[in-house]
Amino acid sequence: MPLAPPVTDLEQLKNHPAVARLLAWNSGAVEGVKFDRDEMTVYVDRSSLRGACILLRDDAGCPFNFLSDVTCVDRFPSEPRFEVVYHLLSIPKKERVRLKVRLNGDGPAVESVTSVWPAANYFEREVFDLFGVRFTGHPYLRRLLMPEDWEGHPLRKDYPVEGYR
Amino acid sequence: MAHLAPTPVLEPGQDKTMILNMGPQHPSTHGVLRVLLEIDGETIVRIMPDIGYLHTGIEKTCEAKFYQQVVPLTDRIDYLCPLTNNLCYVLAVEKLLGLEIPPKAQWLRVLMNELTRINSHLVWLGTHAMDIGAMTVFLYCFREREDILRLFEMVSGQRMMTSYFRVGGIALEPPIGFFDKVRDFANRFPACVDEYENLLTENPIWVMRTKGVATITEKDALALGASGPTLRGSGVDFDLRRDMPYSGYENFKFKVPVATEGDVFARYLCRVQEMRESIAMVRQALDGMPEGPIKADAPKVVLPDREKMKTQMEALIYHFKIITEGFAVPEGEVYQAVESPRGEMGYYVVSDGTAKPYRVHMRSACLANMQTLPKMCEGRLIADVVAAIGSIDIVLGEIDR
Repeated sequence: MPLAPPVTDLEQLKNHPAVARLLAWNSGAVEGVKFDRDEMTVYVDRSSLRGACILLRDDAGCPFNFLSDVTCVDRFPSEPRFEVVYHLLSIPKKERVRLKVRLNGDGPAVESVTSVWPAANYFEREVFDLFGVRFTGHPYLRRLLMPEDWEGHPLRKDYPVEGYR
Repeated sequence: MAHLAPTPVLEPGQDKTMILNMGPQHPSTHGVLRVLLEIDGETIVRIMPDIGYLHTGIEKTCEAKFYQQVVPLTDRIDYLCPLTNNLCYVLAVEKLLGLEIPPKAQWLRVLMNELTRINSHLVWLGTHAMDIGAMTVFLYCFREREDILRLFEMVSGQRMMTSYFRVGGIALEPPIGFFDKVRDFANRFPACVDEYENLLTENPIWVMRTKGVATITEKDALALGASGPTLRGSGVDFDLRRDMPYSGYENFKFKVPVATEGDVFARYLCRVQEMRESIAMVRQALDGMPEGPIKADAPKVVLPDREKMKTQMEALIYHFKIITEGFAVPEGEVYQAVESPRGEMGYYVVSDGTAKPYRVHMRSACLANMQTLPKMCEGRLIADVVAAIGSIDIVLGEIDR
């Protein structure tokens, strides 16, 4: 099957349950949308991320009650450099949505969602460890995989694959 | 290794408690998990897992490889279910490419995946029972596991690091006699599960060590991101194979075992039932195996047959190009999740249009499942920690990556 081009027009996608809910709540929170390969991506404004997560978790029609994953993509050298990616799953409705927050390269920080889904605890620690993105309000933001005294964040694109020797 | 220095993560909160270090070389921590326990006598006050001893930077390594070269790396993430990882990764890349996979390849993938699930559950059952003190089960489980490993060796040449799936299909046709061997195993195996159950399910010692131990509620399990048998043992009826099918799972009929108690025994029952369902699915796959090609019709992505390569110029050129330059994948991103023996295994692959992935992230089911450990253990005895760790079936390779 040939690939359909991604849809990025907000008008066409505003009926998707997650998008509709977010737009009804705060249209300023949605910075953009993308529907590509049957997957829905919503770009969320950094300051409204936690609010958006609470909203989607508690939505009566389609509750995204399960946080599948939190990760990050480094777009170095372009700005905004980091994209923190949240994969949400609605177990009752069998629906997925991907939230993305774009962060600048200097002092990247976003509000933690551990208070929304405790599952975010380790995921956010991992992103902090490997990308150096800070999650404000995280109860225990320390390195998870790398040794405590490690310098640098290995999954950043300006970090060499073979490490510093 | 800074890990060797005591990590100041846990200080005794009260005068009467002490900190006990368990692992990373403790036999019941299934690898190199280190757990710090704050204990008051025998009772756990707080528990703090410390991970990262097996971190090898696989996600970083993936960014420096061609798409096809990542497949062997995925084996090494979770060495008990390599084929599930292979499947998840190739499905993600195929979704990025928009490839259609022929039915025979899909059925073979399901067949191999269900055998892998049994293989993984056998290791879990054997080691879990041994942790709790039932030594015999371990020997029985590894006897059957050996049969499965021989089947893997038949198709892929490897017992554990199979790398059998390719982007666009499957590496090789299974050898002659393979399906007969699988059928023979499928006929024999249900009696073996009965044997394990005879040893454990109604064994009073086993029941006392597992029933009502390390309980977690449905609400907590969901909030902490638990998946797979850890979630189903707490009463959530959700299985990605049935609810969000991939790779032709919609063609199979199977029950999803669910238990409501949320204790070690419930998770044990779920997994044992899963083994029975898996072997039934293996039989369905054998009976309904379609005929046809095992690779997608995509000459720029899939390596040509050896025969064609030696007779057709074009095939030779494609072969050379794929090996030396890889294949370009259209720009985009994909999150593909499959039901691994441990829960939701997810691959998030980002492509920038080149022949190497821009980012590969593995969503590890064990990492999320392990977050339930404090909820399960706090307020209980040290011996229950061993049962709890066994019951969430962790693989440290997958947690640390």
